[in-house]
Amino acid sequence: MTTPEAISDAIRAFIVENFLFGDTSQDLGDDVSLIEADLVDSTGILELVAFVEERWGIAVKDADIVPANFDSIGRIAAFVGKRAGLSQAA
Amino acid sequence: MCGIAGYLGPDLAPSQAEQVLRAMTDAVAHRGPDEMGIHVDGELGLSHRRLAIVGLADGQQPMLSEDGRFIVSFNGEIFNYVELRDDLIARGERFRTGSDTEVLLRLFARDGEAALDRLNGDFAFALYDTARRRLTLARDRMGVRPLFYAWHRGTLVFASEVKALLRFPGLTAAMDLEALDQIFTLWAPIAPRTAFKGIFELPPGHVLTLDNGTAATHAWWQLDFPDRGDTDARSEDAVADELLALLDDATRLRLRADVPVGAYLSGGLDSSLVSALAVRHVGSRLRTFSVTFDSAEHDESAYQAEMVRALGTEHTSVATSGSDIGRLFPVVIRATERPILRTAPAPLHRLSAHVRNAGYKVVLTGEGSDEIFAGYDIFREASVRRFVARDPGSRLRPHLFRRLYPYLPNVQAQSADYLAAFFGVGADATGDPLFSHRPRMRATAQAKLFYSEELRRTLAGYDAAAELVSRLPERFGRWHPLHQAQYLEASLLLPGYILASQGDRMSMANAVEGRFPFLDHRLVEFAARIPTGMKLRGLDEKHILKRAARGLVPDTIAGRPKQPYRAPDSTSFRDAPYVEEALHERTGLFNPRAVDKLLAKARTGAMTGFRDNTAFVGILSTQLWHRQFTAATASLNENAA
Repeated sequence: MTTPEAISDAIRAFIVENFLFGDTSQDLGDDVSLIEADLVDSTGILELVAFVEERWGIAVKDADIVPANFDSIGRIAAFVGKRAGLSQAA
Repeated sequence: MCGIAGYLGPDLAPSQAEQVLRAMTDAVAHRGPDEMGIHVDGELGLSHRRLAIVGLADGQQPMLSEDGRFIVSFNGEIFNYVELRDDLIARGERFRTGSDTEVLLRLFARDGEAALDRLNGDFAFALYDTARRRLTLARDRMGVRPLFYAWHRGTLVFASEVKALLRFPGLTAAMDLEALDQIFTLWAPIAPRTAFKGIFELPPGHVLTLDNGTAATHAWWQLDFPDRGDTDARSEDAVADELLALLDDATRLRLRADVPVGAYLSGGLDSSLVSALAVRHVGSRLRTFSVTFDSAEHDESAYQAEMVRALGTEHTSVATSGSDIGRLFPVVIRATERPILRTAPAPLHRLSAHVRNAGYKVVLTGEGSDEIFAGYDIFREASVRRFVARDPGSRLRPHLFRRLYPYLPNVQAQSADYLAAFFGVGADATGDPLFSHRPRMRATAQAKLFYSEELRRTLAGYDAAAELVSRLPERFGRWHPLHQAQYLEASLLLPGYILASQGDRMSMANAVEGRFPFLDHRLVEFAARIPTGMKLRGLDEKHILKRAARGLVPDTIAGRPKQPYRAPDSTSFRDAPYVEEALHERTGLFNPRAVDKLLAKARTGAMTGFRDNTAFVGILSTQLWHRQFTAATASLNENAA
């Protein structure tokens, strides 16, 4: 079963690997704004969406791609948890 | 147009002088393959490689004044030399040659440094007054022609390119790490700094004098704008008419040469207008040249063909693929002499080779227009960011960001919320002098993620942007925000990247002289006074220039969406055999594990964004720079030892 912590860890690992190229010195707390911390740009956010779709098998609609869902690890984990939960229920 | 090199000081034994000067000029032989000259007199050494364009038979340099008091080594052109010559003749001067060099020499002999104000041209020269024992180095207003210098044991050494300085005994290449950080923040080193520690460039519009051993540098020309709120009652028609008249005259002067003059044609408004004006002077015998790409997002050949049909010029183009760029890139870095963040110079290197092979050594180009008439996206972006910042909760305003970048699919795909978030960073600081450039600087600075621990420690506490702010003129704060942004582009990016890495160094690598009608100082000064709303009207960039171009450039070209000149970046290096080795070379500048991951990402083709591409090209060019300059100089020294 996927726990919220496991989702957060997977997203954190993806960001470290793909946007920070292995640099673990930056603060990647659940509440850090990925934009304000310069961690993602307009390309990065689409990479992040693609990762979420492939990793958890959920479809992300254009309307979902908003900072409220994707601007921190905590928000992404919550979004994934909700959607993955919905998928399993359906 | 040429290459110069020389020194003044006691460091060199007279017996070494000629050999050293010969080695220095050999290093810039590509700038002047036609002739070579050397002059040694005591502690002064001057040399010159000539690309003969004006006064073919009698313009040899270094050139001595008739009385032997002055001697000059001069790179560039004085476009108004005909008028200046007539004036000097009227004042009693008698000329020995038909060259612009003699005009410069005589004018300077009469008027001293004040002569500079009368020059309409692109130049960098070294002029020595034997009577006063005073050396003057001077550079044109906008920084079209380069001039670098260094000090070695009390001797001033100077040259058109750094590679000539490195042939002077004892001068070696080492990376200036703060300059590297400036490039990885601002795209260019802040003059007088260069990528080389201890080697400087004379900033545009500056003079350096060495007077009996005492050196001093000062600006002889500065870009200025009216104070914010200054009104201008001129009508748009009147401004457009004057603009066109000035541009026409600037083009006319730049067609002066004793060899044929061609023109670059990119398919955009600027080069199209310059070519159209040139055709009015020389007819359809004007020869035009362009670059084409095999990738649709970069290629503008359809617009080029349309303009060629409209003008009836004889036209050829050079097709450029990503592989071509990858293959050529080390040669490009050898020419730029600095790390760069984009591959865009490489196709221009191919283009100048094409021009040279066609038998031409002078071309008109459209650079400078985007700076003086506010054509770049960054000006529109800053304007929209201010508009969005005035109503931060608006759901509609952020959609304007999409209109700025129709050619960037990743921007088109974003929601209004994300657009506001991406472009809104720093929007609460509208009084920041670098407001217009903060998003670009922040995105660029992501490449610093790859800095090694050692480099991070060395640069700890250093802030390239703060240094730029500290060097802004006091009057900067009085200007309109658009003029502030234009100043940043025209004083930093234009000389530090566009004219250097894409301009002079790419064309002169193949002995081709670029001429820039938009950078005629009369036009630059006129454009600075044009009301901001005539330059950027809403989101309509270069509004007044488009109006001036009516009837000369087809509406389909004048009215097309702005497409910045770009070339394929990291994709160009997929098949380049040297990349892995160059990236792995131990320079101590970057973190090898992080660079490996970046390379892996590039190899998978997953690298599509600005940040990754900027980092990849920046790191690769830095590594190549290190290999070609630092390593090469070390080896030269070892041989000498």
